[in-house]
Amino acid sequence: MKTTVFLGAAAVSALIAGAGFAAEGDTLAQVKARGELLCGVNPGLVGFASPDANGNWSGFDISFCKAVAAAVLGDASKVKYIPLTGQTRFTGLASGEVDLLARNSTWTFSRDTDLKLDFIGVNYYDGQGFMVPKSLGVSSAKELDGATICIQTGTTTELNLADYFKANNMTYQPVNIDSNSEGEQQYLAGACDAYTTDASGLAATRAAFANPGDHVILPEIISKEPLGPAVRHGDSNWADIARWTLYALIAAEEYGVTSANIEELAKSSQNPEVQRLLGTTDDLGKMIGLDKDWAKRAIAASGNYGEIFAATIGEQTPIGLARGLNAQWTQGGLMYAMPFR
Amino acid sequence: MTESAPAGPPAPPFRLSMLIYDRHYRSLTIQVVVFILLMLLVSWIVHNTVLNLARLGKDIDFSFLFNRAGYDIPQQLIPYTSDDTHLRAAMVGLLNTLYVSALGCATATVLGVVAGVLRLSKNWLIARLMTIYVEIFRNIPLLLWILIIYAALTEITPGPREYRGENARELFLGLIAPTNRYTAIPSIVAEHSPGALVIGRIEIPWLAIMGIAFFIAAIVLRRIVNARAQRIQNATGRRPTTWWINLALFVVPPAAMAVFFGLHLEVPELAGFNFKGGINVDNSLVALWLALSLYTGAFIAEIVRAGILAISKGQTEAAYALGLSPGWTMNLVILPQALRVIIPPLISQYLNLIKNSSLAVAVGYMDLRGTLGGTTVNQTGREMEGILLMMAIYLAISLTVSGVMNIYNNRVKLKER
Amino acid sequence: MSDANASPAYLRTEMLPSAAPPRRQEGLLGWLRENLFSGWLNSLLTVLSLVIIWSLIRHFWPWFAHSVWRANSLAECRQIITQTWGEGATGACFAVIRVRWHQYIFGFYPRAEYWRPILTLGLLFIALAPVLFSVNANIRRWVLAGGGLLCMVLLAVTASPDWTVVLVWALFAAALLLAEYAPMRLLMVTALYPVLAVWLLWGGSPWYPFMLLMGFAVGYGVSALVPRGVSALTGIAVTVLWWIFLAAPAASLATLILPLHLPVVQSSVFGGFLLSVVIGVSAIVLSLPLGILLALARQSNMFIIYSLAVVFIEFIRGVPLITLLFVALVLLKYFLPPQTHFDLILRVIIMVTLFAAAYMAEVIRGGLAALPKGQYEAADSLGLNYWQAQRLIILPQALKISIPGIVGTFIGVFKDTTLVGLINLYDPLKGISDVVRSEFTWKGIYWEPFIFTGAIFFVICFSMSRYSMYLERRLSREHR
Repeated sequence: MKTTVFLGAAAVSALIAGAGFAAEGDTLAQVKARGELLCGVNPGLVGFASPDANGNWSGFDISFCKAVAAAVLGDASKVKYIPLTGQTRFTGLASGEVDLLARNSTWTFSRDTDLKLDFIGVNYYDGQGFMVPKSLGVSSAKELDGATICIQTGTTTELNLADYFKANNMTYQPVNIDSNSEGEQQYLAGACDAYTTDASGLAATRAAFANPGDHVILPEIISKEPLGPAVRHGDSNWADIARWTLYALIAAEEYGVTSANIEELAKSSQNPEVQRLLGTTDDLGKMIGLDKDWAKRAIAASGNYGEIFAATIGEQTPIGLARGLNAQWTQGGLMYAMPFR
Repeated sequence: MTESAPAGPPAPPFRLSMLIYDRHYRSLTIQVVVFILLMLLVSWIVHNTVLNLARLGKDIDFSFLFNRAGYDIPQQLIPYTSDDTHLRAAMVGLLNTLYVSALGCATATVLGVVAGVLRLSKNWLIARLMTIYVEIFRNIPLLLWILIIYAALTEITPGPREYRGENARELFLGLIAPTNRYTAIPSIVAEHSPGALVIGRIEIPWLAIMGIAFFIAAIVLRRIVNARAQRIQNATGRRPTTWWINLALFVVPPAAMAVFFGLHLEVPELAGFNFKGGINVDNSLVALWLALSLYTGAFIAEIVRAGILAISKGQTEAAYALGLSPGWTMNLVILPQALRVIIPPLISQYLNLIKNSSLAVAVGYMDLRGTLGGTTVNQTGREMEGILLMMAIYLAISLTVSGVMNIYNNRVKLKER
Repeated sequence: MSDANASPAYLRTEMLPSAAPPRRQEGLLGWLRENLFSGWLNSLLTVLSLVIIWSLIRHFWPWFAHSVWRANSLAECRQIITQTWGEGATGACFAVIRVRWHQYIFGFYPRAEYWRPILTLGLLFIALAPVLFSVNANIRRWVLAGGGLLCMVLLAVTASPDWTVVLVWALFAAALLLAEYAPMRLLMVTALYPVLAVWLLWGGSPWYPFMLLMGFAVGYGVSALVPRGVSALTGIAVTVLWWIFLAAPAASLATLILPLHLPVVQSSVFGGFLLSVVIGVSAIVLSLPLGILLALARQSNMFIIYSLAVVFIEFIRGVPLITLLFVALVLLKYFLPPQTHFDLILRVIIMVTLFAAAYMAEVIRGGLAALPKGQYEAADSLGLNYWQAQRLIILPQALKISIPGIVGTFIGVFKDTTLVGLINLYDPLKGISDVVRSEFTWKGIYWEPFIFTGAIFFVICFSMSRYSMYLERRLSREHR
């Protein structure tokens, strides 16, 4: 009997282990098998990612998740959004909680190498800034010596802030906060003299204040914050898919392909680059394990890069961000899609 | 059944079925099976972990602890800058955890005893108020209390700037300035400072060491004085008055130190954005401390109440019959006996408080969970090492505290038989 | 001598009516003297508390009094407050609760399916009724009536379809009848409840949970056929084999024959109190048997079993729950075979269960230790084996003694479910509030949601603790 129990236990554990091995494969196969893309997003940052009363997510980063889902699965709604805080986002990606991290994360050396992430590009060029109440009478970050500063833990801003004050021989008192909404509450109640985060986040935060005019964003941008989506290290094909989906969105804007005219251009465009992009001539999709129309679906999901920008964080929205560095390279910005060839 | 027969027939020959049916062998069988299953489970987990780590190109490596941390910590008990290592950041966090836990345990005990005794008070209003306090704090999650108290501190208190200008606010008692980010309290400064004891980068002022030494000496001397008084009382039946000696023991040395070294208070002063001089106690610490004390205090109040109620009424009546006042009855008769019932659950409340202090992250107080288990893990991507190390440290703290408290418990326990 | 028998000059034949107590000891004045102002210390305390109460009311009353219940955004709220009470007035904006309350209760659960969690809640009351440990039928009636009423109210405010209302009516009517005439029959509901609840909440085909249950039936049936000695082991083996090899095909077959189906709801949409209750109740239900086993193991004289139990219990009790939740979020993935995916909520439930089980084990160990040794010896002298003795003599008594502690652990676990907000789940305290505040309309709202969730937590935990006190009183009377 003893042996029977033992054998039984061994059999069960072998079975479970076997089932585990059988399921191993690359991310693309997993996503297709699951029929759903797991996308790690910010739990709530207006304009970038936030759920509404019915749990429908919208925002700049969300649109990228949708584009990838459309490219891979053929349906932009087949995304499961997994909210990740600043503290848990990278561990969430590394441990396989999500397939793709689109959570305004800064591309840095150590994150790319030591944290075993692969950043697949930049979808928003940002920089860290400061917001202060007008009544404080401060017009430059250099005047903030000795100030109390609200800062979100687990972000690069935390490190930049330490470096900036050290380099300028100034001191500060950090007030650590856990989420953006806690930070707003603390800042508005005057618990800190200044609030620091990415300039885009500051604009979004300020836009929602009762009296936005009472607060100024200081001119200093103290760091480079190239925000981009990231995937796990070691799955190059999946990284390629995410990277070229992003480029497809950017290229679409460059070539004037919008969600409105995409069907028409797919049939009638004479531009060879557009033809390749939309799969009219070459079958680029096959090279990354997708079908011909992948880019077409990605662009149709929520429009090209410019359309997404305008709809979520652009000047027409309450957040009101100008394109600035994020304009196309043809218009003096940094958005430059690699050629589709 | 041959088990207990002293000179029974010889044991029957061993058969395989005895592994299950014979009680002697069965327990062995069960243990062996469980052990094998456990080993299987452990090896399975280790195997999986190795496999997973290899797949991600990671390894288990604690050397990240010696890299530059790069982030600042608002509240620190030992010197720390962003240039220090992650290990030192973890140490700062650990000390912060211990600090808020110690503060919390002390105030929670005081609050709990007071509320527990007052809940049994004959004063109708007080008893009701204490009941409300206990029920409200016991039945609402701690996390909510931490958040509420933190937000309340921020919203109710004035900003530092309101202490300046035309109709400036007065410092409380001219010494303390509560603001919406910290409470500025005065620090003690010596005019002729004897310097500090420097160990590595930690500086301990000699004055503090002297103060602690005097305090310990006073406690020891007090014991000797009281023991002597007891001896005299036993011999002659009259107890000499000792309260003034005891008082002097605790008052004279600090007073002498104050005069000799020219001790005085340095009142915080507004300079630039914030108060300088004095000590700024962060609101996150205050909020966490208050919330932990109030929450745990409510539980301790219930324990104290139950302890007091467990003492039979005859004890009170006997004390009254001896002519003791209600206050003395409580102090000399009821509480010492109730202590026996109170201490074991009290220990687990202390342990709960220490563990609950890990909720500090909600208010940005950088404790062990905030430094090692939070920012460090996040910046270095070493979640496996960081979290396991953090759990090990918490476990060590818990086991130490419960060990020490159990020794104390065994000492106050009523020795029976 | 002569007047020894003489009658006294005056003899009272009837008692005087007792004099009224002094003025200061009766009526309101007397009560005040007795209860509030007996002695200077008491008077001081009374005055002090009155001052505190007054200042609290003075501070917070205007805020409550100026509350706005009908508005669509925080800005609108502020505008209304300024219009009504003038510039600079502050007031609560409870409109956010009015607009978003469903999110605090159900998270992102699809609106059309709200009746399912509500029905699950109703069934929970029915399942609880027979195991409330009460000889008093009144308690059962109250629980059933209260549960029914709560479900009706919830169904009404969520505008659920009419047939669900009829269903709940019928269910509770049946339950009340059963509770009156055959309360033990309700145990059937209790036994089926876990499977039923899982199916109702997550949806899908009912055949899979049904076939899972069938495993027990098959195992029981087989064990009845084979000889006594090995019946238990055979039963377990057959059950496990059924689950591994036959349950899934059987369920697929049944689905083909009779395709019943509820829309599948993913656990990522669970949030608010739904999430708290799901995690809390599952952890509570699962931790009780696990805790009993651990407690018995810790009492065992088998060295390996004993040390395992001690190490497990001390380890779990020695670390904060939040670190265990982090293990669930981050590390559990490493411990399982590569690419195994299973739900975060399930992982959290496992961790919270282990956590609760360790505490439960200590509570039950206390109960076991409190039993007189004679009970164990009596069981031995009757020739009962270990499990018989535990089942028939030791555990019923030990559990009864530990009930207050067990309920205390339940309350603790339920409150601790708020911590899941720190690992990205939508707990009602922080998770949902962050979601609500991440939209432009309600950005900046802070206190009102806290008050709302705090009040609900208070009601639930307070009633649980009152119930445990009631039991404690009843049990202590029995022991006297």
